[in-house]
Amino acid sequence: MASAEYRRPWFHRYTGLPGELRRRWRGMDDRKRFQAGIVLRVLLLAVLIVIGWPLALLVAILFAVKYLLPRVPEPWSRFNRFVTPGIILLVAVTYPFFVEGLGSMRLLGDYPGLDTAVIMGVYAMMAVGLNIVVGYAGLLDLGYVAFYAMGAYTAAWFASVQFAHRNVHFGAVGVGSNTPGIHISIWLLLIVAGIFTLVIGVLIGLPTLRLRGDYLAIVTLGFGEILPQVARNGDNLGGFNLTNGPNGITPIDAPGFGSVGGKIGLPENYLAVSNRNEIYFWTVLVLVILTIFVSLRLRDSRLGRAWIAIREDETAAAAMGVPLMRTKTWAYATGAFIGGVAGAYFAAFKSSTFPGDFSFNISAFILSMVILGGMGNVWGVVFGGAFLAFLNQQGLSDIGHSINQTFGTSFDVPKYQFGIYGLIIVAVMLIRPEGLIPSSRRQRELHEGVADTPLYDVQK
Amino acid sequence: MATDASRQQTARLRSLGAVGVVPWIGRLLVLLLLAWLAVNLYKTPSDFVAVGLEGLTLGLVYGLIALGYSLVYGILELINFAHGDVFMLGSWISLAVGAHTLNLGADSSGLAVIGGLVLTLLAAAAFCGVLNVTIERVAYRPLRNAPRLAPLITAIGMSFILQDVGLNRLGPAPVSIPNILPRGTVFSIGGNIYRWDSLIVAVSTVPVLLLLVWLVQRTRQGRAMRAVAQDQEAAAMMGINVNRIISFTFLIAGALAGVAGLLYALYSTNIQFDQGFTLGLIAFTAAVLGGIGNLPGAVLGAVIIGLIQQFNEGLSWHAPGSDWTQSIVFAILILILVFRPEGLLGERTPEGG
Repeated sequence: MASAEYRRPWFHRYTGLPGELRRRWRGMDDRKRFQAGIVLRVLLLAVLIVIGWPLALLVAILFAVKYLLPRVPEPWSRFNRFVTPGIILLVAVTYPFFVEGLGSMRLLGDYPGLDTAVIMGVYAMMAVGLNIVVGYAGLLDLGYVAFYAMGAYTAAWFASVQFAHRNVHFGAVGVGSNTPGIHISIWLLLIVAGIFTLVIGVLIGLPTLRLRGDYLAIVTLGFGEILPQVARNGDNLGGFNLTNGPNGITPIDAPGFGSVGGKIGLPENYLAVSNRNEIYFWTVLVLVILTIFVSLRLRDSRLGRAWIAIREDETAAAAMGVPLMRTKTWAYATGAFIGGVAGAYFAAFKSSTFPGDFSFNISAFILSMVILGGMGNVWGVVFGGAFLAFLNQQGLSDIGHSINQTFGTSFDVPKYQFGIYGLIIVAVMLIRPEGLIPSSRRQRELHEGVADTPLYDVQK
Repeated sequence: MATDASRQQTARLRSLGAVGVVPWIGRLLVLLLLAWLAVNLYKTPSDFVAVGLEGLTLGLVYGLIALGYSLVYGILELINFAHGDVFMLGSWISLAVGAHTLNLGADSSGLAVIGGLVLTLLAAAAFCGVLNVTIERVAYRPLRNAPRLAPLITAIGMSFILQDVGLNRLGPAPVSIPNILPRGTVFSIGGNIYRWDSLIVAVSTVPVLLLLVWLVQRTRQGRAMRAVAQDQEAAAMMGINVNRIISFTFLIAGALAGVAGLLYALYSTNIQFDQGFTLGLIAFTAAVLGGIGNLPGAVLGAVIIGLIQQFNEGLSWHAPGSDWTQSIVFAILILILVFRPEGLLGERTPEGG
C-alpha cells in the first residue's frame, strides 16, 4: 500500500540485500529449498576440502548420517539419537591423539592445539549456559560475563593466598599445609562457584526479571559493567582487600585428585603431570558433556517447556498457568550456575583472574556464539562457542597472516576482532536468524514471526 | 503443599508491593542522596556551585545524545545500541573536518573559528544523520516484523562494527583535540573557575534543543512522527509514509549525535574510539531516568546524570570518586528500572513494569 506514493531510491536495491535474500529463501517451496540446501552443502564441502580434508571428512560424515538416519529401519531407529552425538564425542575424546598429525588448515592456520581446545571447551560451556537464558527462555542477557567473573573470583578466593590471614586447607593439591590463605579442592569449588553465582543470579533476577525484554537486557548489561568495576576497585573496600584490584589474583591452585585419586590412576596434581594439556582438555570435555546433557534434559522437562512457552508468547504462557517470575528466575539461575562453573574452571586453568578479563565485549562475544550457532539449539551453540573461541585464540591471527601474505598487506586482523564478531551478529541476524545449526522450532518462529503481521507491507 | 506455600509467598510479596514498601525504599534512597548533597553544600558551598555548573554543562551534552535514544525508542521501541558509536564517529568527523581539513587550532582568529565551527557542525550533523539512516535501512528495517529482540541484537552488532571503524580511524589511544574555544575565565567562585569553553558548549545546546522541540511539536513532519510513535498501522492508514518518517527520525537522531560529538570533543578536548560505548550507556541511562520516549525527560535526566557524575567526581565529603562513576550511573539505571520504570516524566504503561 505504502509503495503507491513512495518509490524506493535506486540504492536501496543494494542496501536491502540481506532481507531480499531472506525473502527469496522464504518464498521457495519445500522441494526447491531442499535442492538449494544440497547445493549449499556441496559448496560448503568444497570449501572445507580446500581448507583441509580432515574437517571436510568429518562434516561429510555428519551430513551423510543426517541424510541416512531417517531411512534406518524400525528396530534400529531407536538408536538414531545417539549416532551424531556419538560420532562427535568419539572425535572429541580421541582428539589429543591425532591432533599432532593433522598438519594445518589452509586460511585458518593450525588445528586448535590442546590449550586452545580447553578454552574452546570453556567458552562452549558458557555459550550453552547463555543459551538457556537467551535461546530457551528468550531473555536477552547482556551481562553474562558477570557470572563468569563471579565463578572465577570464587575459585580465586578459596584456592589462593589471597586471604593470607586465614589458613584453611581442604583437599587442595600441590599446596604445603603451612601455606597461608584458603585452599580448597578445585572440584568442590566448581560446585561452590556454581551455587554462589546461582544465588547472585537469583538476587539480580528477582527485581529485574519482571521488566520487559529490552529493559532486562540493559539491566543485565548494567550488572555486567558494575561487577568488573567492583573487581577493579575491590582492593580497598573500606580498607579490605577483596579482589586485589587491577593486579588480579594469581596463582590459583591447580586441580588434581590427590593421593587418593592417584591410587586409581587419576592424576594427583594437574601441574605435576607431563601431559598437562591433555588432562585439562579431557576434564573440560567432561564438563562440557555434563553441561550439554543437563541442558538437553532441562529443555525437555516441564521447566524447559515452560521456558520455550514464555519465549514464544509470554501472555499466552501466563494464561496457561506458567508462573512467569519463577520460570524466568530459574532460567537465569541455571544459566548463572553454568557460567559460574565455567568461570571457576577457566580461572583454575589460567591460574589467574584479572578484572580486565570481564568486559562487556566478552558478554557480546558469548552472545555472538549463541547467535552464530543457533539460538535454542545446544549443538549449534556448542559449535558456535568452540568455533568463535578458536578464532579468538588463534584463528584470527592466522587468517590475518594468510591474508597479508597473499595480498602483501599489513592488516592487523585480531585488532578488529570485536568488529568481526559484530559483523557476524548482524549478518546472521539478517540472513539466517536461526543460526548455522538451527533448532527447527526456533527456525519456524523466526521466519513466520511471533508478532501479528501488520496490515500494510512495511518492506516495500 | 509446596504450591500452596509458594502461592502464599507470592501473595505476601504482592501485598508488600501494595502497601508500598518498594516505593518507600526508592524514596529513602533519594532522600539519602539529597542529604549527602546538602551536607556537601554546607561544607564546601563554592565547590558545590562550581561542580554543579560543570555538571550542568556535561549534562546538556549528554542530553543531546540521550535525545537520540529517546527519539528512536519513542518511534520504534528499539534501544538503538549503535547510537553511542554514531556519536563517537561524530567526534571523529569533527576532528577530521575541523582540525585537519579546515585547520582550526588554538591560534585561529575569532571569525575563522566561528565560521569553521559552523561548517564542522553541519558536516558532523550531516554525516551522522546519513550514517544513522543507513544503519536503520541495513540493520533494523529488515527485522521490523521479527521478534522484538532481533533488532536489538543487530544494534549491538552494529555498535561493535562502528566502534572498530573508530578504532581504525582514531587508533587505540585517546586523540587530543586542539583548544579551539577560548579557555579564559568567565567568573570564579571561591577559587573555582568556570571557563568560557564550558559556557559556550552549554549555551550551544540550547538552540539545538529548541529547534528539536519546534520540529516535533509544530511541524507536519513532527506531527507525523508523533503519529507513527503512537500507532504505526493507524498512521499508515492515515496516509503517512511510515518508513520515511522512521528514516527521518533516525536522521534527526543521528544529526543530534553529530552535534553532540562536536560539542563533546570541544568540551573534553580528548576523544577515544570507545567513548561511544561508555557515554552512550550514560546517555541511555539519562533517557530512561527521564522517561524514555519523552523528549524533555531525556534532557532532564541527562542534566541530573551529569550533575551526579560531576558531584561524585568533584565533591570532597564522602564522594566515591571517579573510580566508581560507571557503577553509580548503572546503579541508578537499575534502580530506576526497578522502582520507576516509566522514569521521572514518563507515563506508566502496562508493559513498562
